[in-house]
Amino acid sequence: MEGSHAVAEAAIQAGCRFYAGYPITPSTEILEYMSHRLPQVGGVCMNAESEIEAINMVWGAAGCGVRAMIASTGQGISLMQESLAEMANAELPAVIVNMMRGQGDYYQATRGGGHGDYRHIVLSPHTVQEAVDLIALAFYLADKWRNPVDVLGDFILGHTSEAIAFHALDESDLPPKTWAATGARGRKSLNVTPLGSPEKLNLDPGSHYGHIADKLPKIAAVEKRCETGFLDDAEVAVVAFGSPARFVKYAVHLCRQQGMKVGFVRPISLWPFPSETVAEAAGRVRALAVWEQNAGQMIDDVRLAVLGKVPVSAIGGISHDGSGFGVGPALDPETIVGRITDVYKGRAAA
Amino acid sequence: MSTSEQQLEKVSAKPELLLSTQHSLCPGCGEPLAMRTILELVSELGLRDRTICVGGIGCYTAFPSIIDIDVIQALHGRAPSVATGAKRVLPDRFVFTLQGDGDLVNEGLQEVIHCAARGERFTVVLLNNGVFGETGGHMTATSVLGQRTKTTMETGRVAEKHGYPIKIADLIAQIDGAEYVARGAMHTAAAIKFTRNCLRDAFQLQLDGRGFSFVEILTMCPTDWYVDPAEGPKWLDENFLGTYPLKVLKAPAA
Repeated sequence: MEGSHAVAEAAIQAGCRFYAGYPITPSTEILEYMSHRLPQVGGVCMNAESEIEAINMVWGAAGCGVRAMIASTGQGISLMQESLAEMANAELPAVIVNMMRGQGDYYQATRGGGHGDYRHIVLSPHTVQEAVDLIALAFYLADKWRNPVDVLGDFILGHTSEAIAFHALDESDLPPKTWAATGARGRKSLNVTPLGSPEKLNLDPGSHYGHIADKLPKIAAVEKRCETGFLDDAEVAVVAFGSPARFVKYAVHLCRQQGMKVGFVRPISLWPFPSETVAEAAGRVRALAVWEQNAGQMIDDVRLAVLGKVPVSAIGGISHDGSGFGVGPALDPETIVGRITDVYKGRAAA
Repeated sequence: MSTSEQQLEKVSAKPELLLSTQHSLCPGCGEPLAMRTILELVSELGLRDRTICVGGIGCYTAFPSIIDIDVIQALHGRAPSVATGAKRVLPDRFVFTLQGDGDLVNEGLQEVIHCAARGERFTVVLLNNGVFGETGGHMTATSVLGQRTKTTMETGRVAEKHGYPIKIADLIAQIDGAEYVARGAMHTAAAIKFTRNCLRDAFQLQLDGRGFSFVEILTMCPTDWYVDPAEGPKWLDENFLGTYPLKVLKAPAA
């Protein structure tokens, strides 16, 4: 199945019953798939008139307790930022898929492109199977923490076809959504709001925002996810995320075949960032190299994790073909091996 | 008890769905009257248990915490889209939005237009006082010509400088997906009665599973009109009704 369609189907398998989207490359295929598939399972797909309307439709559906998703790319996600920020304050679970053009949206996703003290959980798959698994996880985590969860893919992920399997998660520990606005039959009325308490007659924005902020360290403590490989004897480790990490993993194999002691660290959750795993890797190696297809964004989190213990160098960079959608010539195993080799050769000097 | 005493008793009773009479709105404001009218109708139609109100951002954002119905708070301008998501996933619920002119006509104009065009099956209620009340009285897209606001203080609203007011109900009435469009006001007992009937017709349309309904309600804002609270109704009558006549602009054939 093609990545975009697999992501959409995974959402439906995870119980997503509302999708709103606005066409934008390279996320459009998700909207196309949802438009015919969601009605088949009794769901609703809205071909919204703008990104801002789309995300606010998701707000309404999520506010009623229905699993809801939206997909776009960085530009469209930028348009949604006010809502994406305040959905965290309203404690609205929703899944936001960003099929990036390259990897320039790392800051946007992990720092929060909007205002205020909030974070989204950010998951970054590097294969279609992992995307399918992380979509299911995203819906679970969104409900568990009552917080939006971003899934950060890219053009390559969205347009790669692979054999996949759908796995249902055990969600028996999720509480019922008693906070949802459904009409107050048989219970007290409530508010779903980013402005203060959900209780009536209790406007206290300060303590509400405090409650939102208090969740962040709790999420960070238990939701870090990371894959590592070949670190036992590694002298250089390469840090990469998303589709490019798949190229990097292959390049690391090639380096090993050439006798270089190279390993890799692949953050799967970008927020919370797996700082401890990166720091542990830094404790084993002489140098870290960061491959990301942007001007250098995740490297900040790597450096914060490493705290100067070993040199950290950027070996990726902006790389596009004529489409501008982030499929660049630098995504080539030989090129990546060459850049890793340069760091490897320089490791002794460090 | 004389008839007038009975009537006095009735109009001063707290609506069943109002949790507190404490609110932060100014003396003479028309918005509490509009909220009251809506709450009374929700009660009367027995809708409390299946109502979802989607609130916008303005002075009336004081209401969600004191009304005994579920509320989804939307961001400024976004209530029609939020209500779309809600009504589409829970089509058997009664959904209405509550927005001001700054919220609906300035910030969210596109949202309400598309929403009407899609024929979304809920009711949009606009509280129009021609000013950004919550920020302290600045010009909105519905401020009438000549109206003095904090940003049109010297000359009042002048078309050459500030453009013309948008008659949003007239605009929406032209859209095929809009089935019921009316403009009422809160400045006299007769206007309130008329508005109440408009709201009831709009609500009934939704309950019958029909398309988009829109009720604009002109409300007094004496604070930002620079008149005494008691003068608000008169000011509304003299300054708003020429631009915004009270009427049913569109209704399904009986």
